[in-house]
Amino acid sequence: MSDSTALAHEAPEHGHEAHPAYLRHHFENTAQQADAAGFAMWLFLLTEVMFFGGLFTAYLIYRNWYYPAFVEASHQLNVVWGTLNTAVLITSSFTMAMGVWCAEVRKQSGLVLCLVLTFILGIGFLGIKTVEYKEKIEKHHVPGFHYSLKSFVDPQSDPEIYKEYHDKPLALDMARHTEVYFSLYFAMTGMHALHMIIGIAILVFMIFRARAGAYTAGHVTFVENFGLYWHFVDIVWIFLFPLLYLISRHQ
Amino acid sequence: MSSTIVSLPDQSTARIPKVNFYTKENGLLSWLLTGDHKRIAILYLISITFFFFIGGALAGLIRLELLTPQSDLMATDTYNKVFTMHGVVMIFLFLVPSVPATLGNFFIPLMIGAKDLALPKINLLSWYLYIAGGTLVIFTMATGGVDTGWTFTTPLSTHYVNTNVLSTGLAVFIAGFSSIFTGLNFIVTIHKMRCPGMTWFRMPLFVWAHYAASILMVLGTPVLAIAIVLVALERTIGIGIFDPTKGGDPLLFQHLFWFYSHPAVYIMILPGMGVISETISTFSRKRVFGYTAVAFSSVAIAVFGFFVWAHHMFIMGISNYSMLVFSLLTMLVAVPSSIKIFNWAFTLYKGSITFETPMLYTFGFMGLFTIGGLTGVFLGTSGTDIHLTETYFIVAHFHFVMVGGMLMAFLAGIHFWWPKMTGRMYPEKISQLAAVVTFIGFNLTFFPQFILGVLGMPRRYAAYPPEFQILNVFSTAGATVLGVGYLLPILYLTWSLKYGAIAGDNPWQATGLEWQIQSPPLTENFPVTPIMDHEAYDYEWLEKQREKEVASVG
Amino acid sequence: MTDQKEMEESQHHVVSPMIYIIVGSLLLVLTGVTVWASFQEWGNFNAVAALAIAVVKAMIVVLFFMHVKYSSKLTKLTVFCGLFTFLTLVGMTLSDYISRAWGTW
Repeated sequence: MSDSTALAHEAPEHGHEAHPAYLRHHFENTAQQADAAGFAMWLFLLTEVMFFGGLFTAYLIYRNWYYPAFVEASHQLNVVWGTLNTAVLITSSFTMAMGVWCAEVRKQSGLVLCLVLTFILGIGFLGIKTVEYKEKIEKHHVPGFHYSLKSFVDPQSDPEIYKEYHDKPLALDMARHTEVYFSLYFAMTGMHALHMIIGIAILVFMIFRARAGAYTAGHVTFVENFGLYWHFVDIVWIFLFPLLYLISRHQ
Repeated sequence: MSSTIVSLPDQSTARIPKVNFYTKENGLLSWLLTGDHKRIAILYLISITFFFFIGGALAGLIRLELLTPQSDLMATDTYNKVFTMHGVVMIFLFLVPSVPATLGNFFIPLMIGAKDLALPKINLLSWYLYIAGGTLVIFTMATGGVDTGWTFTTPLSTHYVNTNVLSTGLAVFIAGFSSIFTGLNFIVTIHKMRCPGMTWFRMPLFVWAHYAASILMVLGTPVLAIAIVLVALERTIGIGIFDPTKGGDPLLFQHLFWFYSHPAVYIMILPGMGVISETISTFSRKRVFGYTAVAFSSVAIAVFGFFVWAHHMFIMGISNYSMLVFSLLTMLVAVPSSIKIFNWAFTLYKGSITFETPMLYTFGFMGLFTIGGLTGVFLGTSGTDIHLTETYFIVAHFHFVMVGGMLMAFLAGIHFWWPKMTGRMYPEKISQLAAVVTFIGFNLTFFPQFILGVLGMPRRYAAYPPEFQILNVFSTAGATVLGVGYLLPILYLTWSLKYGAIAGDNPWQATGLEWQIQSPPLTENFPVTPIMDHEAYDYEWLEKQREKEVASVG
Repeated sequence: MTDQKEMEESQHHVVSPMIYIIVGSLLLVLTGVTVWASFQEWGNFNAVAALAIAVVKAMIVVLFFMHVKYSSKLTKLTVFCGLFTFLTLVGMTLSDYISRAWGTW
């Protein structure tokens, strides 16, 4: 690598502290390095916004075209689970923000606790998601895998849902469009869950590094930037929840 | 052409500097695990040249098939695969990374006085992602290719073909991330790593052009990524998002695809325009006319470029309202490009023009890009587009801007910065010959295609009515000449690595920080962090420097 | 250079945990509100309300959890650019779909 020790250090440019080990040599000082890293993270989040943007575009088009199908299909999602998941994710965002604060004020045990809590809440979110997905699979509401129109052409065959919403039976062609709803449901929540899984994996790495004191010696960039990522994943869910679960719960 | 601005050191005593970024470390791993932006640029240069020749071979096959009206050289299905792979390779593996990943990577840190890009490891990752994408494309070709056209239009790509759509899609997805990370790196570097005194308006226009292209890379490419993911899901699971029988809309794919692919053409051309700003200034010995206008027009192209994508979809079923709006906006996006052409022309006025190879390619660019751009106006006008779209007019249009424009700009840049990257000059006479041969070959290949398009020959057809044959023969003849024109640089540039004249620091007597250091540069670029105290393209400052040098030596 | 000062300020500013507690609680409350709202009969306004609440929630996450309120102008501009491009994609694509049923001119 080009980090050769033969590089002459221009001493006056290096600021007042003898430069720390984590300063990369192409930066003038740690402030520039942290600033650049944060900016880079924000740019990466922009790419994520545009990536999910395509899915939101598709959703908005098809909800507009097939509103009755979307309403009835969304009744198949459990509001309690969805709300609980939202609360779990919001709390995990809170614990993550607290974690960043702990890193900034150099409270190592606080940081580890916050990261562990965030991890547990993240796992909790995925657990609830698994329960929801299992339900969908059992009821044959997974597009492409023996997708069943039964609940939509004959809502009374699904007593728990019918009790709540008294849906009218859909015409066959509109009932078929519920498959588009579930395609978007699985694509969007699946993509979101994938980002959660990646985030949780990085959290595990961070917990070990935090216990070794890596983030509480003044170098908080990694935790801060991961925090940005985690909050972004939370924001995606903040929009997914009303769009997928709360289309119309009134009758 | 006896006058030249080339000023080389005394060849009897000149040597390549012993310590430079090539010699700093040895061994394969020092290259494969490097963080040095210059080494990564060279790695990219070798890789994209390799893929260029694959794409070129495919082009040769296309032109051979089109010599005769019948589909007699290959089956029509095979022909579909050939032009698809030609498009995929040339766009994603050559044009998109060409200038940014090679010249941009090498020179942006040098031009702004930085030691490296902001994220060297991400830079290396970019290259590996590019190689992974490229390998997957080769794998796709070896296992039967894909025949949907590089545009993967649904529902053909999702429901009606049995070819390697998935692996090509995955390859493009991966290569897309290579592009995203390059753009991300450039934006952070340009914002955060300029040396003291290097204000935004003192940067070379090459940097502005890359900044604008990087915005497009970061914001546009992810939409392509999601479009590919949805096609993959549609093909494998049948989710129905593009399937009319399930209520999906095939046109949605096109909206998502072209939302990236239109800005993509600006991703391809903007860095080339950056090169032209540099060469036109150096070979007229004059600052670029209207620096601010050229800088802002780069950003304007990037911004407006996001508002015009549906002009690729005029005949596909979008609403009349959309046709109107997108057609009007397309007229708007042509304005910043023409501002640049005018400003470059005004740069030439009263300049001291010389005709070294980079300048020959630059003139070629200005003429051919203008023609290509003007024909774009015919295509942006929805009325005429209805007749011209999906014909050879479109093929000619985009080859004029991409090959006559972008590829010539790339060659201009390679020749211009070759002495800085390698320490050696290329041989001038044969390179000027190659430039002229390329220009002639290009016009013979692609000009007849405008006529073919107006006469009604459709694109992507292996067989055509016999009355179109004569123009196709001209086109193929031109392609042969063009091939010679592209082969020559490979030969003489490789030759120059060992036998070229030693170039010295500044053979072109150019302004710009990259010309004030040794050739090839040190790994750390600058022994001391430079302080920028003059404007861009300041030839008076350069004169003063040389006077100082002469005075101190004397 | 003001860039330098802005950079240092945005890095040194530590957001107090009290802000996080307030924002977190507000987010939970708004979640409750949005669920309640979906059970009301507001016709087309239901969708508007749901999106509006989601936008408010996202805004306070961005401003406070993600520190954008205390960040440099560049960060704010970056967030704006992302939002703008996203809205362009959604808005201009939807304008095609919405205008398709308008009939011939």
